[in-house]
Amino acid sequence: MTAPMDTVTEEVAAVTPELERDAERADSRRGLFIALPSLVYLVLFFAIPLVIVVVYSFATRSSTGLTLLEGWNLDSYRRLFDPLVAEIAFRSLVMATATTLICLVLSYPLAYFMATRSARTRNILLVLVMIPFWSNFLVRTYAWRVLLGSDGPLSQLSQALGGEPIRILFTNYAVLIGLVYGFLPFMVLPLYAALERMDWSLVEAARDLYASGWRSFRKVTFPLSMPGVIAGSILVFIPTLGAYVTPAILGGARTTLLGDYIVSQFLAARNQPFGSALSVAVMAVMLIATIIYFRRGARTL
Amino acid sequence: MSEAVQLAQVSKHFGDLVAVDALDLDIHDGEFFSLLGPSGCGKTTTLRMIAGFEYPTSGSLKIHGKEMGLLPPNKRPVNTVFQSYALFPHMTIKENVAFGLLMRKVEASEIERRTMRVLELVRLADRVDAKPEQLSGGQRQRIALARALVNEPEVLLLDEPLGALDLKLRQSMQIELKELQHRVGITFIYVTHDQQEALTMSDRIGVMSEGKLLQVDSPQDLYDHPRTRFVADFIGEINLLPAKVIDPTMVELAGANKIRARTDLPSGEEITIGIRPERFTLHTIEEGAPADRNAVEGTVFRRIYHGDFFFYDIQTTAGILEVKEENRPSVATHDEGARVVASWNPEATTVVGA
Repeated sequence: MTAPMDTVTEEVAAVTPELERDAERADSRRGLFIALPSLVYLVLFFAIPLVIVVVYSFATRSSTGLTLLEGWNLDSYRRLFDPLVAEIAFRSLVMATATTLICLVLSYPLAYFMATRSARTRNILLVLVMIPFWSNFLVRTYAWRVLLGSDGPLSQLSQALGGEPIRILFTNYAVLIGLVYGFLPFMVLPLYAALERMDWSLVEAARDLYASGWRSFRKVTFPLSMPGVIAGSILVFIPTLGAYVTPAILGGARTTLLGDYIVSQFLAARNQPFGSALSVAVMAVMLIATIIYFRRGARTL
Repeated sequence: MSEAVQLAQVSKHFGDLVAVDALDLDIHDGEFFSLLGPSGCGKTTTLRMIAGFEYPTSGSLKIHGKEMGLLPPNKRPVNTVFQSYALFPHMTIKENVAFGLLMRKVEASEIERRTMRVLELVRLADRVDAKPEQLSGGQRQRIALARALVNEPEVLLLDEPLGALDLKLRQSMQIELKELQHRVGITFIYVTHDQQEALTMSDRIGVMSEGKLLQVDSPQDLYDHPRTRFVADFIGEINLLPAKVIDPTMVELAGANKIRARTDLPSGEEITIGIRPERFTLHTIEEGAPADRNAVEGTVFRRIYHGDFFFYDIQTTAGILEVKEENRPSVATHDEGARVVASWNPEATTVVGA
């Protein structure tokens, strides 16, 4: 309903550049006010702890394991070049890369299948993909311990078929299985989103221009789904690089990854400066990798 | 020479929906053929079946005498210009145009030569390295055309390719397309819902409605001799009046107005006649109409100025007539409320059945 013209009762001045600027400022103040609660939360529980970690990474560890906020130095950063740290970092890198690649290979066909169904079926499949989130990640990871155990269902099946008992728990393979399982939805969802908004007439155009089904996929569908591939890879790679829960539960003593190594520095070794330096280094590498990834992704699209 | 495209009893069902119903159609080699109809009439589905994006539920579809059956699009000697152009956004203009040749493993130097030649044909040879998003609508349209033409298809399929352009550009593209078709000599099958576009460009037009082909004729025959009420109404403006056959040369309109019209239908039959608005001439009552013309008396109750034309609505005993008269000094204008006689050549009366 439009208000009748005579409802303008207050004095209204003609607009001048100053009034317009004031109005725009008032608008942006209102925007800030609305965002304030989440900003406060982020500053308190994210930005400040992050600053503390960075500060600690330059601090000194006392002989009793206390962190002294004096004698600032780069010792913790020098220790990053230890062969042991390099080995753990390399192992984590391999693990994260393998997890990302396996997730990609498993997720792409599923996302493609989902994106090409009717709207109703799509929604059902989306809910199915998200069902694992309904129970706690820790609980689900412990469930894998049962499944992969030497007297678990897999092992029993193998023995029933006349094979050896499966000894996979507490190895890198168990960690890999657990990570793939845990992060699969984070790959499926961005891929699905990218494929779902694909303009399928482009695929028709490729077919019309003599491309076989496979070649039109390689030349058109896949390149156009790259934003989803990149987003999914980042969402899987970054958390798996620093994963803690899965390797702690499914991995063995000799399969330490960056995540549990950092935790052990804070808890068991009581070396907060070194743990902090490790954290800062991992975050820096991830940040740089992400920036490069996005830059390259933006250019190819 | 066999027909470029031959459809025999082609039907397409989507579940319970009959999109195309037992279509019989021959499209001659080298002609500009338009499929015209309102949205949902089955024209795009027909085009998509020729391209191979849809398979007919039943019937035979031949291109230059070869049965297409269930051949996929990449094995058919046709190319398509899509409504949305469907240019590959991640490739340059040159890569877009070269795509078809690349897929057919044409030699690199040959690809280069043909791509550049067709880009010159559409006057975009200077934009080879641009991405589609950097081009204007009209330029994208020409690239879509070039990308299809470079493959020298036996038949070019165009799915409302001018729909996204504004009026002025659309009109100049219509002429350009028609000239291009003459130059390359390829059979064009053009799908559109715009009757003006179809009339301007086509050698022949097929009018479709509800999955059926109603009439296939040259633009002039379609306009002057529509065979059904739907075709008469869909193509251009027309006054449709109920009438009754008196004898093979005479029909009677409402209000006992007898007029001359030729018909083979038996006397007493209820029919509809059609007269185009521009076929009328208006006279004052005193002046009257020449004896060799059909005439109906009435009153001007609305006059609309249209720049180059005046539109008159005339209330007569036979019904309301819409009359279109040119705006020029030699044509007298008539005021609202004036009594007039509307006359027309008996030959311009179309009998369109019931």
